[in-house]
Amino acid sequence: MPDSRFKVLTSASTSGPGDAGRTGSWRVERPIIDYSRCTPAKTGKASCHLCWLYCPDNVVSKTLEPKIDLEYCKGCGICAEECPVKAIEMVSEEQFVKGGEDE
Amino acid sequence: MSEKLIDSGNNAAAMAVQLAAAEVIAAYPITPQTPLTEKLSELIAAGKMDAEYVAVESEHSALGVCIGAASAGVRAFTATSSNGLLYMSEQLHWAAGSRLPLVMCVVNRGIGAPWSVWNDHQDAMSQRDAGWIQIFAKDHQEIVDMTLKAFRLAELVHIPVMVNYDGYYLSHTYMPFELPDAQTVREFLPTYDYAHTLDPEKPESLNTVTLPDARNDINGVKQPGYMDIRHNLHQEMRLALQVWEEIDADFQQRFGRGGTPILDPYRCDDADFVVVAMGTLANQFHDVVDRLRDEGLKVGVLALQIYRPFPTAIIAEALQSVKAVLVYEKGLSYGNQGALYADLKSALYPYPNRPQLHNFIVGLGGRDIGTEDLYQTLKTACLQEALGTPEQNDTPQWIGLQL
Ligand code: SF4
Ligand code: SF4
Repeated sequence: MPDSRFKVLTSASTSGPGDAGRTGSWRVERPIIDYSRCTPAKTGKASCHLCWLYCPDNVVSKTLEPKIDLEYCKGCGICAEECPVKAIEMVSEEQFVKGGEDE
Repeated sequence: MSEKLIDSGNNAAAMAVQLAAAEVIAAYPITPQTPLTEKLSELIAAGKMDAEYVAVESEHSALGVCIGAASAGVRAFTATSSNGLLYMSEQLHWAAGSRLPLVMCVVNRGIGAPWSVWNDHQDAMSQRDAGWIQIFAKDHQEIVDMTLKAFRLAELVHIPVMVNYDGYYLSHTYMPFELPDAQTVREFLPTYDYAHTLDPEKPESLNTVTLPDARNDINGVKQPGYMDIRHNLHQEMRLALQVWEEIDADFQQRFGRGGTPILDPYRCDDADFVVVAMGTLANQFHDVVDRLRDEGLKVGVLALQIYRPFPTAIIAEALQSVKAVLVYEKGLSYGNQGALYADLKSALYPYPNRPQLHNFIVGLGGRDIGTEDLYQTLKTACLQEALGTPEQNDTPQWIGLQL
């Protein structure tokens, strides 16, 4: 138990989007979820949510249709890697720029 | 019941770690540390110690395992020497920055290249800025006592502690020492508790990319930036000196030994000339001091027991009015001077009547340190009438070179 004179300051916070700043600006690939394959979206039952669990930036919602907060999603692709049914595709950001669909 | 034993320094350290009830040991063998962790693995295999021994493939992993164990709320211990310590370097900084209360024995040995298995202090000195507390033992009893106190210190201040002792001089020699009674140690050392123990019920982001500026987290709670966290590590490391003294006082009450947590002076009271040294080298000077005292020279030796945090004010107060301070050390900051010498010089600078300072480099890579050489160089320094140029006075002298 630390002595009360010591604050033991380390980098610790309640996990959440924005912990590491506006990480959305880092992204070169955008995760796109295909809800026709995603298990909870397809079955309407709370299940799986591995994308929510593994996302290092806490930007995936734990909802039947998982939603990704693109303000903070850094595009690491971990969610796509972990998704057991390959429902997440990483799509180049260039496509959204060209298509005029940028956020 | 406490027990009187004659055993090696490495075994003394192992028995202290057993008494401290460390629950995870992760280590990679390296001379002259190896017998310490071998002893721990024997104790665990024989069921005499309730701990997990994790055999790892490198020192980097050894400290990584300890970091994991300490984060999960378990008292962890490792030990290493020389290049093994350097291989841990990245993790050393990580453990300190995460404020993990780890304890590690560093059995001091010269660094390669060229390979050396023999003693000097370059390994520990090279890691002095990693944010670890560094203490230096001079004999087997201090290895035992300092190791026990180190766990208490680390866990109170949440800063990892390195217990240094000289390879071979202590690690492989046999000396009598007293092993404290287990029950009394349990009372002295409360159960381990880390401020940020991993807990699935209370998820936290720990030491992720931390922004230069303070920010609000998702609950609107202000969270410090990198610089603030580092500032507090420094401040609390300075404050740890006081806690170290308090722990020593408590230890002395319970076990009857202590009283010299920071400085251990020998015949310094009326001394004009004071040698400053760390580890066994300070003890070796006792004979030299006695001999010079017999010859009428007012000489003493001051052992520095804790090197980081540097006890700036305490040591400067102790030395500010002597005529000369002679710093003998087994390491240096290459291209400059002995690191301990430079630290002492800077500590004394604010004092108007500061003493003359001289720096001697000895015993690198196990080069024999002749007591006669210590006697001659110290006597010459004490009797020196005309001083050289400031630059000459400030240049380290190498003792025992064979060039
Ligand atoms: S790519 Fe996926 S895992 Fe990575 S930050 Fe974005 S949502 Fe999270
Ligand atoms: S990991 Fe894949 S299947 Fe599971 S919730 Fe996320 S997108 Fe849906």
